[in-house]
Amino acid sequence: MLNSKIPAGQLDQKWNDYKGHVKLVNPANKRKIEVIIVGTGLAGASAAAALGELGYKVKTFCFQDSPRRAHSIAAQGGINAAKNYQNDGDSVFRLFYDTIKGGDYRAREANVHRLAEVSVNIIDQCVAQGVPFAREYGGLLSNRSFGGTQVQRTFYAAGQTGQQLLIGAYQSLERQISLGNVRQYSRHEMLEVVMVDGKARGIIARDLVTGKLERHFGHAVLLCTGGYGNVFYLSTNAMGCNVTAAWKAHKKGAYFGNPCFTQIHPTCIPVSGDYQSKLTLMSESLRNDGRIWVPKKKDDNRKATDIPEEERDYYLERRYPAFGNLVPRDVASRAAKERCDAGYGVGTSKQAVYLDYADAIDRYGKIECLKHGIENPSAEVVREHGVAVVKEKYGNLFDMYDKITGENPYEVPMRIYPAVHYTMGGLWVDYELMTSIPGLYCLGEANFSDHGANRLGASALMQGLADGYFVIPYTVGNYLADEIATKAIPVDHPAFVAAEKEVSDRINTLMGIKGKQTVESFHKRLGKIMWDKCGMARNAQGLQEAITEIQQLKKEFWSDLKIPGEIGEMNPELDKANRVADFIELGELMCIDALNRNESCGGHFREESQTEEGEAKRDDANFSYVSAWEYKGEHQWELHKEDLTFDVAKPTQRSYK
Amino acid sequence: MEHYNMNLTLKVWRQKNNKAKGGFETYKLSDISSEMSFLEMVDVLNEQLIREGQDPIAFDHDCREGICGTCSMYIDGKPHGPWHANTTCQLHMRAYKDGDTITIEPWRANAFPVIKDLMVDRTSFDRIIQAGGFISVNTGNAVDANAIPINKDDADASFAAAACIGCGACVAACKNSSAMLFVSAKVSHLALLPQGQPEHKGRALNMIAQMDKEGFGSCTNTGACEAVCPKEISLENIARLNNEYLGAGLTVNN
Repeated sequence: MLNSKIPAGQLDQKWNDYKGHVKLVNPANKRKIEVIIVGTGLAGASAAAALGELGYKVKTFCFQDSPRRAHSIAAQGGINAAKNYQNDGDSVFRLFYDTIKGGDYRAREANVHRLAEVSVNIIDQCVAQGVPFAREYGGLLSNRSFGGTQVQRTFYAAGQTGQQLLIGAYQSLERQISLGNVRQYSRHEMLEVVMVDGKARGIIARDLVTGKLERHFGHAVLLCTGGYGNVFYLSTNAMGCNVTAAWKAHKKGAYFGNPCFTQIHPTCIPVSGDYQSKLTLMSESLRNDGRIWVPKKKDDNRKATDIPEEERDYYLERRYPAFGNLVPRDVASRAAKERCDAGYGVGTSKQAVYLDYADAIDRYGKIECLKHGIENPSAEVVREHGVAVVKEKYGNLFDMYDKITGENPYEVPMRIYPAVHYTMGGLWVDYELMTSIPGLYCLGEANFSDHGANRLGASALMQGLADGYFVIPYTVGNYLADEIATKAIPVDHPAFVAAEKEVSDRINTLMGIKGKQTVESFHKRLGKIMWDKCGMARNAQGLQEAITEIQQLKKEFWSDLKIPGEIGEMNPELDKANRVADFIELGELMCIDALNRNESCGGHFREESQTEEGEAKRDDANFSYVSAWEYKGEHQWELHKEDLTFDVAKPTQRSYK
Repeated sequence: MEHYNMNLTLKVWRQKNNKAKGGFETYKLSDISSEMSFLEMVDVLNEQLIREGQDPIAFDHDCREGICGTCSMYIDGKPHGPWHANTTCQLHMRAYKDGDTITIEPWRANAFPVIKDLMVDRTSFDRIIQAGGFISVNTGNAVDANAIPINKDDADASFAAAACIGCGACVAACKNSSAMLFVSAKVSHLALLPQGQPEHKGRALNMIAQMDKEGFGSCTNTGACEAVCPKEISLENIARLNNEYLGAGLTVNN
């Protein structure tokens, strides 16, 4: 049933062989073929630019006011590539292996190898577009290291790598618009896939300014709509990030892969009150120099700076002496939760731990003094020099912390807590990035494909651009080559009429509820259920309770929702209602998936499956598969399993002790 | 940071759509926490309005961490409010005290028509980029990324210009509604790199022509744009743009 279409042959030859034999569409035919791209982040903008350059007629859609606003822009740390510019032993194979292992052996070998192969082309392409990566004094590109690797392969542009890469892709997209190859629809939200004879042939989109529904035809439809972390209400995602496009596709037949695989990032600024609307990430790079600790005494209300050294518990260094503060994200997050749950948390909420730079400032300060020949420096002089070094490395992050909390992190330790950051799960796709609906593709964070159960830092940008620039231009042609005889289907075709009616009926139903509770209040309640019971640690009882609670919440939503305003106007509350309705259904599926996967792997920690020391225990004998869920009707899904085989990277239990 | 609560009066520009006549409405808010962000304060007001059966205030926002450039409030006469080098979404309520009155308006510029309340249409910025804010390189054509070394100072200066988030605060602050800081940031970003050289003349001419066509005003070097820019884009970029533009005007054949 599930055919992942992985090419035969040796792992490192699969992609080359595929490219050599894939069907092509000649230029005269490309002009007649229309492609719809939903979402204009790294994956969508790069796909639109690349397909426009090839001569396809492309339409792009985004709910933001411009493609440049997509949330890829907020990525801080960097982008991995197996360039081996540092001569430190990196290679395509190493990047492949690190990514498979980092994903806790729950990703497909063939996809991940392809990702590592094209990673080098991405950097070349971005530099050619004018992406101003960090450089050394010799004029060549600079690299830094990131979590889960032993080489320096991360390219970066200060703490704004995502911004610079997205602007590069956006500019390439805008160029294609100016050349007439792409048409852009901003402030438009896709609300349905149109199916004709079992194939995806278009979408219904809502113009968010006028509220009007529009029908758009495409020979193929690409969803590049990002992750669904906002199902937890609070996450590091932008406010508008949503699952709606992917969910509509799911309900039309696209399988949803590994929905429960979510990444909880360990270093985020903690929640300060129940008005909180989102959480802000502090880059993983901060763990290179900062030390994480909590007081040894429970409910210690002293100021951090008043707690003497011997009364501090550097719990990561204590539990994981080999990796210390640099354990992977999933491990660091769970350890913080464990301390806070046990009553050692800090700050007013007690849901935070300290990330302390005092040692780093002292260490760098002493090195600087040595460099400058300052003998017997006073503590003040050491500090002054140390602060200068830390400022150069992490200044923008420290400033951001200061702006949000009003505390100076050079003086007092930062308070941090884990937060939802990324979703490894997404629509199931085959090797060609096609979903289980013919003609419907899914790229970037929105698909499930490359990160297994845990994504390594600096790999999200790599995947988004790999899919858009270097994978889809080949794979979509393999499908479209058989579609050259298909004429554009007029949008008065009954399938379009029916799809539009479905959307308008649903909107009318939502507006017609006229209940008492706001969209926001439902979203917050959903988020709380998900965070408490399907968050950093999960167990069967909690998940079963969550499923019941979400079903109840859904009933309440559809009977007591209050949406102000009208349909035929700019109505952000209605937009949100459409999204939250889908998040509620997704939340149920995530809990079902988490309940089914009775093992711990990557970011998915089942309390029933842990070692005696409380570490995650994977169960390869029973769960070495991708869960691909088929929608079967309200509250009903059927599980399809794609078995994972590892010919090259043999699974081992991860240990960081 | 000491936490406190405050009561506030808000005067907010309300406008049903771009055809309707707008006006200020006054709202009272109580028990606002100093730890809230400015937009969370507006969220609280909106929830209150919805519960009272009124239309909530429409405003643009997305990432809420100062990088996407979506948020765009003109607060007490200043784009993005009182803090230096800051976006609206990063402004926090500890900037205010109990009893304050805060006035919130949309960006005002002919080239940024109001869509609703505090939301404006900034697609003119996209069209300026379409006029030349790119390097014409197709996917797959690139040479090795280290084939062309770039002087670090140039690369850093290019990055500083490329940090523009396209929010439009520069236009909102300018008495002429000029988009020169925005355009100059893009022209500088690309002109400072060797990859941007082949097209640099046409780029400056075409982007300026589009800027004029969109109805943005002229630059008179008052520097209001630089003063409010959340990413501290420098006026030097405008000098560079003028240089590029003049040089191109004298040497391009068309």
